[in-house]
Amino acid sequence: MAGRNTIATSPLPAQKTKLSDHPASANWGDRIFYNLVRLSALFVIILSSLLVIELFHGSWEAINKFGIGFIWGTTWDPVKEEFGTLPTIIGTLVKSLLALIIAVPISIGAAVYIAIFAPKWLRGPLSYLVESLAAIPSVIFGLWGLFVLVPIVRVIQIWLKGHFGWFPLFSGPAVYGVGVLAAGIILAIMITPIITAISRDIIRSVPKSQMEGMLALGATRWEAIRKAILPYCRVGLAGAVILGLGRALGETMAVTMVGGNAFALITSLFDPVHSMASQIASEFSEATYSLYISSLIYVGLVLFGITIIINILAQILIWKISNGKVGIIE
Amino acid sequence: MNKRDDQVNNEGTATEERSLPHRRVHLHSEHQQQGEQKPADMPISISIQGLNAYYGKFRAVKNITLDIKAKQVTSVIGPSGCGKSTMLRCLNRMHEETQNGRTDGKVLLDDEDIYDKRVDPVAVRRKIGMVFQKPNPFPTMSVFDNVVAGFKLNRFWVNKSELADRVELALKQASLWDEVKDKLNQSGMALSGGQQQRLCIARTLAVEPEVVLMDEPCSALDPVATLKIEDLIRQLTSKYTIVIVTHNMQQAARVSDWTTFLLMGDDRAGELIEYGETKQLFTNPKDERTEAYITGRFG
Repeated sequence: MAGRNTIATSPLPAQKTKLSDHPASANWGDRIFYNLVRLSALFVIILSSLLVIELFHGSWEAINKFGIGFIWGTTWDPVKEEFGTLPTIIGTLVKSLLALIIAVPISIGAAVYIAIFAPKWLRGPLSYLVESLAAIPSVIFGLWGLFVLVPIVRVIQIWLKGHFGWFPLFSGPAVYGVGVLAAGIILAIMITPIITAISRDIIRSVPKSQMEGMLALGATRWEAIRKAILPYCRVGLAGAVILGLGRALGETMAVTMVGGNAFALITSLFDPVHSMASQIASEFSEATYSLYISSLIYVGLVLFGITIIINILAQILIWKISNGKVGIIE
Repeated sequence: MNKRDDQVNNEGTATEERSLPHRRVHLHSEHQQQGEQKPADMPISISIQGLNAYYGKFRAVKNITLDIKAKQVTSVIGPSGCGKSTMLRCLNRMHEETQNGRTDGKVLLDDEDIYDKRVDPVAVRRKIGMVFQKPNPFPTMSVFDNVVAGFKLNRFWVNKSELADRVELALKQASLWDEVKDKLNQSGMALSGGQQQRLCIARTLAVEPEVVLMDEPCSALDPVATLKIEDLIRQLTSKYTIVIVTHNMQQAARVSDWTTFLLMGDDRAGELIEYGETKQLFTNPKDERTEAYITGRFG
């Protein structure tokens, strides 16, 4: 209180400066920085354009020969030089969907636990484990899948077929272990960390007052999470799921190892499955003539197209969910 | 945030002075209806007995014993950080939702200890509702759904027309019906700040609690909205017991029948310094620290 009337003053003599002493044109650092970041942005655009051009260029021969019918063609015969890729498209979509069905509830459940329930000392280690799971190379997942997961899946398959064999999804051959189910499970394990990590951050960003508001009305914790927290951040959660889906669609190595790689339309969860990415990876070294190579690149182009279409659909979905609602993400 | 609060408070005081004659007459008549002297043996709603609240090892509220009178407005005042809000949050077991938050002591609601091992905090919160500092309507719900958000909990099936009646009643009790009856299907976020806060009061009332706790309910609002909420609090007192935490002493003087003054002790824990009828506490405080605080010598 004693210092209330004293104002801190500089001991140095005041120097009067003019605004024009510092002309805007002398600000070199800012301009260099501006051009650097602009160049970086430009580089990304050029790179992605080149990618698309190269995909078209590489697959041109196959596009000319098979046209758009390549997408629904079901023959892949390098001997007769006839190519069509519908089975791998279906395979890719089905195993990714299966992965989402398994991974989304687990991921969001884990994210809720880490973000809301876990005691402080457990939160750090848990988050670290989740994030390091995301850093494991795909081929390790593949090996683990082949040696550990596939034998287990085989037992499950035999049991399911024995008891529920009348159900179409369980009617396939239950002898391999490898197949749609194994691929879906390994993919689910691979996308769980990324969905969990992003969902956790999104759930933590929900203001505490939302949860407390619901609790104060006499909600149980489960009700407060379901009715206040999850609706509040549903757009962000949808984004996390889509990122997971993106990874599932493009995943190659692990799926090649546990998928079975049979080129046929799948009819059950037990059928061996070929996905687009694994087809390209596994056959590129065997492709001996230019139409074969071109067809494989065409598969890549279709995969690229599907990924983009799914992303656009996801954007529309997100836009629909958040339409007209204010304050969902602050 | 802080800057805005200060601004609001400054404006608040200015407007209060301007509209003081009107307010005083209004309040005076209310007090006369209830009689000049309040009997000390009024029915008790919540009886706090030796309450301590902790954050981990730190004790934030120390040994508070206090009887809150039924169907009266009790205000809790005191300088920042003295544990007002913590004490309030102990009254409906919200304190334990805070990381490392725990309590000991008893809080009796109608002679039942809400901290008894067999008591479910969910049941406590349905009887003792709470309104928060910042309006917190649920942004993905319409005005209608916001009001019945609490009412619909723990119910598998609700009658549509009963629901509509309840929404209308709660909004009327919260003096919001006339302003929002045409926008019940709009998002709760489309309302103004003051309307949002009254929406939060309405959704608390829709659960039909006995007690409503208010944690600085006007601190994020402009002066006009503040006055509306204060009027509302006076109306609600005929049916509900209200405990309001406020950092605005004029507000405590205007709206409350009883006032509690808390102060941080040497160990930084909030202690109860004085409790009494609002008029007596503001005009003739028994403790010199209360006098120092209400005359603006600190805090």
